[in-house]
This record gives sequence, structure tokens and C-alpha cells, in this order.
Amino acid sequence: MRLDAEGRRGLTLISPTLIYALVMLAAPLAMVVTFSFWTQNYLDIDTTFTLDNYHEAWTQPIYQTLMARSLIISVVVTVVTVLLAFPVAYYISFRVTRRKTLWLFLVTIPFWTSYLLRVFLWKVILGYNGVLNSALMGMGFIDEPLTFLLYNANAVVLTLAHAWAPFAILPIFVALEKIDRSLLEAAEDLGDGPWRRFRRVTLPLAMPGVIAATLIVLIPTVGDFITPRLVGGTDGLMIANMIQIQVGRANNAPLGAALAISSMVVVGTLSVLIFLVGRRFGGRTR
Amino acid sequence: MTMDTTTTPRSIIELKDVRKSYGKVTALHGIDATIREGEFFSLLGPSGCGKTTLLRLIAGFDEPTSGSIEIDGKPMAGISANRRPTNMVFQSYAIFPHLSVAENVGYGLVPKRMPKAEIAAEVDKALRMVDLSGYGDRGAHELSGGQRQRVALARALVMRPKVVLLDEPLSALDKKLREQMQVELRALQQSIGITFILVTHDQEEAMIMSDRIAVMFDGHIAQLDSPQALYRHPVSERVASFIGVMNFLPATAKAAGEGELALDIAALGAVTLPVAAVPEGISPAKVTKIGVRPEMLTVLFDDSDHAERVTEGVVVSTSYYGDMTYYSIVLDGAEKPVTISMRNTAGRAVAPVGARLRIGWGAESIVLFS
Amino acid sequence: MSRISRILPNWLGIYAVAFMLFLYAPVVLLPLFAFNSSTIIAFPLTGYTTEWFTVLWETEALHSAVRNSLFVGITTAVLSTLLGACAARAMARYRFPVKRGIVGLVMLPLVLPEIIVGVALLVVLVQLGVPLSLWTVIGGHVLICIPFAIAILNSAFASLDQSLEEASFDLGESRWGTFRRIILPLVMPGVISSLLITFTISLDEFIIAFFLTGTDVTLPVYIWSQLRFPAKLPSIMALGTIMLALSVLLLITAEWFRRRAARRQGLDVQAPGGFVG
Repeated sequence: MRLDAEGRRGLTLISPTLIYALVMLAAPLAMVVTFSFWTQNYLDIDTTFTLDNYHEAWTQPIYQTLMARSLIISVVVTVVTVLLAFPVAYYISFRVTRRKTLWLFLVTIPFWTSYLLRVFLWKVILGYNGVLNSALMGMGFIDEPLTFLLYNANAVVLTLAHAWAPFAILPIFVALEKIDRSLLEAAEDLGDGPWRRFRRVTLPLAMPGVIAATLIVLIPTVGDFITPRLVGGTDGLMIANMIQIQVGRANNAPLGAALAISSMVVVGTLSVLIFLVGRRFGGRTR
Repeated sequence: MTMDTTTTPRSIIELKDVRKSYGKVTALHGIDATIREGEFFSLLGPSGCGKTTLLRLIAGFDEPTSGSIEIDGKPMAGISANRRPTNMVFQSYAIFPHLSVAENVGYGLVPKRMPKAEIAAEVDKALRMVDLSGYGDRGAHELSGGQRQRVALARALVMRPKVVLLDEPLSALDKKLREQMQVELRALQQSIGITFILVTHDQEEAMIMSDRIAVMFDGHIAQLDSPQALYRHPVSERVASFIGVMNFLPATAKAAGEGELALDIAALGAVTLPVAAVPEGISPAKVTKIGVRPEMLTVLFDDSDHAERVTEGVVVSTSYYGDMTYYSIVLDGAEKPVTISMRNTAGRAVAPVGARLRIGWGAESIVLFS
Repeated sequence: MSRISRILPNWLGIYAVAFMLFLYAPVVLLPLFAFNSSTIIAFPLTGYTTEWFTVLWETEALHSAVRNSLFVGITTAVLSTLLGACAARAMARYRFPVKRGIVGLVMLPLVLPEIIVGVALLVVLVQLGVPLSLWTVIGGHVLICIPFAIAILNSAFASLDQSLEEASFDLGESRWGTFRRIILPLVMPGVISSLLITFTISLDEFIIAFFLTGTDVTLPVYIWSQLRFPAKLPSIMALGTIMLALSVLLLITAEWFRRRAARRQGLDVQAPGGFVG
């Protein structure tokens, strides 16, 4: 393709941002990939090509467990979040008439407060002497604190579902807003009842938003290590915690890199599958 | 800003073999045209014919792939839009939304480093010209469609351009307002005498406003003529159908005497025409088709009505327009119906479908096509 | 529409409100316990105090963390808005080769887990022997803020009618003059909105800061280090309250600028745009 004046001008304009992304993102990512094929002995890096890190990452039971648990937790979080978010998005799009922007604003505000603090607050809420237990005991519902609230996978799911709710609501809302309301009237006019109309028209047309919400929640949750650390206890730890440990304290960056890439490949494959399945379900809409 | 009408008009824009292609797509295939000083010139054609591309080449937003554009005797190659003596009225009007009406109109005077008082005076004058005196302090979003159009025009006129370019300036207005603006725009152009080049897809608009019209199809100028000439003597079937309605009938050329052409026209019969009636570029023997406008065929309602030639036909449908009635009539010996327009008069009912009518026509009204 | 609302009287509305309560439950606790006199974060509340805010005032380490965060936040906001503006303008105005690929790369941090960005940058910096400092944190923050800046600015640049620029050019104005008199005033609210949002993101960001910070810590990293000490919790609550108030204030300001921009261009103010769209 020959570069015309317009193409040149566009490339020149975007080049600072592009160069930044290449230096700060593409190059480091390439570096991580390279690293995952090397070995580290304390501070010495052995640059001989090896698949040992991947071998370890995929065969050691501890990594297998962590990887499986991360996936399961992420998928559960994603499903829970999207299912919880859909009715809210539907409500804002179809029922709220005058205060739509206010509702959207209210949905986004919690996201802009410190993530760290929000996770920590759940720890405070769910803890042994926490807000929930003290409130329930104060009101006489229970005699001694509930212990199943904190330091397990459920707490991780709850906290993450809460943290990612705005990210799930917004794309679904946007997709619902785009639906031409006369299509719904047409479906009703052609004899569809409310549920059938929802299933045959609204849901397929909202599918791009649902897919976007699913991916937006799924991908980053796999990489989270704060939530498991704060509320997950030992059986709530996820693969990201191990990556952090390998890169940090354990001083084994190559293994950390291999773990990171492995988890990204797994999540990436899963995302593509979801995307394809979702697109099929949503018909030819784009 | 008045034009001396006694001198013969000189050329203001010369287009020589102007071509424009975008990659593999060719938008203009060698346009040659001369636009005269002080005339109202229209580029008329369906969407995608290249008329807007040509206008943008003249304005300087794009450079032609080859060929030359001269404005006021100066070649425009390499001269960007901001240094050309042309100003444009955009289809969207492109009124700067963050500026007032006066700031919009005075926009182009600011880079000329004109003193503020002088700018204000010029803006006032321009606003008066478009009938918007006193609107200077309004915000752009407080204006109606017609007012936005006037602001866009004032903003161009205040620059005292050699040529004003108008890109479908009336297409966003509703029908009534559009018709009013057509008359006003034409009157304004005549009073200030600046050359206007109008791009439009509306043949009626082009006919009402223009001194001359270039009809464009597929990146070519199909015909460049006055409105009357275009209507009466279209050079091709396509031009004929684009400008108004035309009935086409097959015809066969027969040998005839010196300086004459004998034609056998389906359903109408044989006529003999002077060879002078054959348009340039068509050899008399190759005439295969004739055209006749709906108003050139007459329904002879009374037995006493006469015409140069008479034939008969049966009404298959009618469309009543109030002032006019359009009849679809299958002439004897024809397969497809022709359209005939008749002015409605008091005491005459619209002829019913199935009625057999006498149709009058004249040999002078037919147009020949190869 | 009418039939479905008869069948589901207002269950949907009740659900939506309940969901909002769930969404706000932790956030509401912040000010509640920030002004509570007990050192233990539990019900019942014991009494009103501003003691924990006084504690903040006297903690020297916190002050330097705040200064660091402000420096990182402002620098990040300026750099990412600048880089975001270049990209948004190029995306909205020009067609160029491998556009989708370039845009994809630049927007990638939006979907990449932050731990991957943090680890990747850390590995490179360690290999190159670059000492960790506030500047390395800024480097990471600019990277993740660029997509947000682009999303906000893209809507500002895309709603800019190209014929406005052509009209300005046609009226004899130069490229620079057109930029100064037409483009800049029309996208300015978007620029301010982008500055505020990227600043807020940087101020709250923890994961990348955690990996890339040196001896000078940012506010979230400081908070992380304090979470281990139960005695510090009430003052952390007070700090969180202040940060929450600040974030909400910045967001409202950003939203106000975005709406003003939409109004200026005669667009529908109610239409969601920027980070909401």
C-alpha cells in the first residue's frame, strides 16, 4: 500500500503514542516471552533456551491447582457479575426515563474509589469481628460470629463481583440503548409475548454488550492478586499471587513469566471461545 | 460590488482536462469547462457523479490528479484553500458552534489583520445583505436552518471572493423555505454580480437559479448549456430523462430528399424534418429514437380541437396534481404508455381510465436520439 | 413496553435499588467509621470524633506519600492526555496503514491485567538496571491511562465536524490558526475531562505502583503497608474518606466539562459519552 498524504499525516500524528506503546508495552511483553524461555539462579540469568519453566508451570501440582482455581473463580465471578448486572442495565435503559445519566454516574462512582480500599472494606465487613457479624450479633440474629464469610473462595467471588459490576453494567447498557425500540414493538405486533420477545429480539441484540462485559470482567480478574491476598485466605489464593511471589520474593522471574504467559494463553483461548459462541448466539448483529 | 453589464463576460474559471482518482476509483475523467465572470453556474447530477469532487478541487481542499484549474487567469496548482479567491457555503453550513453570528461572519477577516472597527462594519454590511441585521450577538445554536444558511453565505461574501462555491446549500431546508431561498439567492447573486457555482442534485433548483448548467454523469460533463437549451435540446436520453420527463419512441430513418430527413416513428407515424433539426454529433441515418416532452403532446378533448398531427390512444391511468393532470396513454400501435400533461381548466373533468382520446402533436417538438 | 411493565410491577426497580445498595455498602462505611471513636471497625458505633483526621495530619510518612502521588498523578495526567490527544485526533481524522493494529496496541492496556503490565515493566527495568523511582511508576501509569484519555478525547474529536476545519481554512486561516481558533476551543472541555480522569486513575492505582515504586511510595502503596496494623485502621478510614470525596469531586467536574463540550457542539447532553460510552 502506497502511503498517501493523509496516511503520512495520520501516522505522524499517532507516532508519539505508538512509539510509547511499543517501548513501554510491546517491548516489555516481548521481553517477558523471551524471559520465560530462560532460567534464573538468584541474580544470574542463564540465557540458554529451555522449556523447563513451562514444564514446571504445567506439571507441578501447586501451579495446576492455582491455575484451575483461578479459572474457576474468574469464570464464576464473571457469570455472577454479568447475571447480576444485566437486570440493572436493563432497568436503566428501559425503565429509567429522565435520570439515565444520573443512574450511570451513580453506577460508575464506586469504581473510581480506590480499588485497594474497596477490597479492604469487604475484609472489614466480612471479618470475624467485622461489620456484618457485629451488626447481626447486635440485632440478636446470631450468638457467635459467622466464620464462613471471610478467607475463602466465596469471599473472593463476592468482592470481585462487586468490584467489576460497573464494567459489566456499562457495555450491556450501551448495547441495550442501541436497540431500536420500534423493533420491540414490531415483535409484539407480530405476536410475541414479553418473554418471547425478550428472548428472540432483546437478548440477541444485547449480545455484543454481554460478550464485551464478559471479556472485560474475565480477563483482568485472572490477574488480580489483591483480592485473594486480602480476603481469600489460603484456599482463595490465585495464580496472580504466585506470579507476584515468583517475580518478587522468590526471585524467579523466568518462572513468573512462564506462569504469566500460560495464564494469558489460557484466558485468551477462553475469551476467543466466548466471543465465537456469543457471536453465534447473537446472530449476524455487530 | 456591481457588475458592468455592457462588456462581454470574460472567463473567471478555466478547467482543463481535470482528472481526479482516489486509488483505483476515478471520480473525474477529464473535465473541460469555462465558467464566466458574474454568472450563476450549476453542477447538476445524481449523487456520485463527481460534482462535489469538482467543487472541492476548485475550492482547493483537494488537488486534481492531472489537468489544470485557473481562477482569474492564475493557475491554482499548489495554492491551498486558504489562499484562493474562492469561498464556500458548506452543505452542513459549518457554522462555528462556539462563536456568535458576528464572530462567524468576521472569522475570515481576523487573519487579514483588519482593525476591529472595520471588521464590525464589514460584518454589519454582510449581515444586512443576507437580511440578518441585528442577529450579530446570537449564538450559533440559536439559529434556524434558513438563518444558518444565510450566516454561511454572509461569511463567504464578506471575504469579497471572486467566486462563491455552494455545496447543496438548500438540501437541508424544507420545501417551502427551499423555494423561497432559491429566489432570494438568485436575486442576491444578480445584484452583487459575483460568480456563484452551485452543486445540486435537484434539476428544478438548477433550472430556476442558473444561467448555465453542467449536467454530470459518472465523472463526465454530459452537457453544458442554458436551462432552456438543456430542456429543449438534450444531447442524450440520459440528460433528457434527468432534466424533467421525456417520452421515448423508437423511430427508423428513411432516405429522403435533399436537406431533409424522413422518419417513421412508432405509433406517431411518418414525418419529414429538415436535416438542421438533427443535433450535432448524430448522423441523420443513425437516428433510432425520438423524444417528446409530456406538455408537447396535447389531448384533444373537443372534436373541434385541431393540431398539426393527430393520433389516438387509450387512457391507462391518471395522476391529478390540482393544476395539472398527468395521463398515461397507450397510443395505437404502441406497447408502452406515454405521459401527457394537461393543464386543468374550469368545466373539464379528468378523462376516465379506458377512455379513448385523440392526441395532437407537432413535428417541431420532437427531439432526435441515436 | 406496557405489557411487560404490567407483568413485572416493579421488581426490576426494587432489584436495581438493592443492587445499588450492595454497590455502595463498602463505600458508605468509609465516612461512617472515619468519624467513629472506637479503634475497632465494628458495630455498634461508639461516638463521634475527628481524632483520626488529626492523626493523618501528624503522620509525616503519609504527607510524603501524598506529595509523591500528586506528582505522579499530575505528570501522568499531562503526559497521557497529550499522547492520548495525538492518537485520538489521528484516529478520528485520518485513514492510515495498519490503523486497527496500531489502535489495538495502544488500547491494549485496557484489557490486559495490570499485573502483566507491572511484571513486564519490572522485568525490563531490572534487566536494564534502571533504578525504580516515581518516574518508573509514571511510565506505567501513562501506559494504562492512555486508553482512557483516548476514549474521552476520541468522542470530542470525532464529533468535530470536518467541514468546520475546512470552512476555517477556506476563510483564509492557516493550519495553526485553525487549530487555535476552532479545534482547541471545541475539544478543550474534553481535554480537561481527560486530565481529571487520568489524574484520578493514577491517584488510585495500586498494582503497577506496587511493582514499580522505589523508596518513594505513592499513597495506595503506603496504605497497603499500613493495612497490616489494626491500630492504623481508623486513620486509613479517614484517609479513604478524603480520597473518596476528592475522587467524586473530580468526577463531577469532569462530567460537567464533558456536558459543556457536548452543549457547545449542539449535541444531546443526555447522551452518554466519554468513559461512560
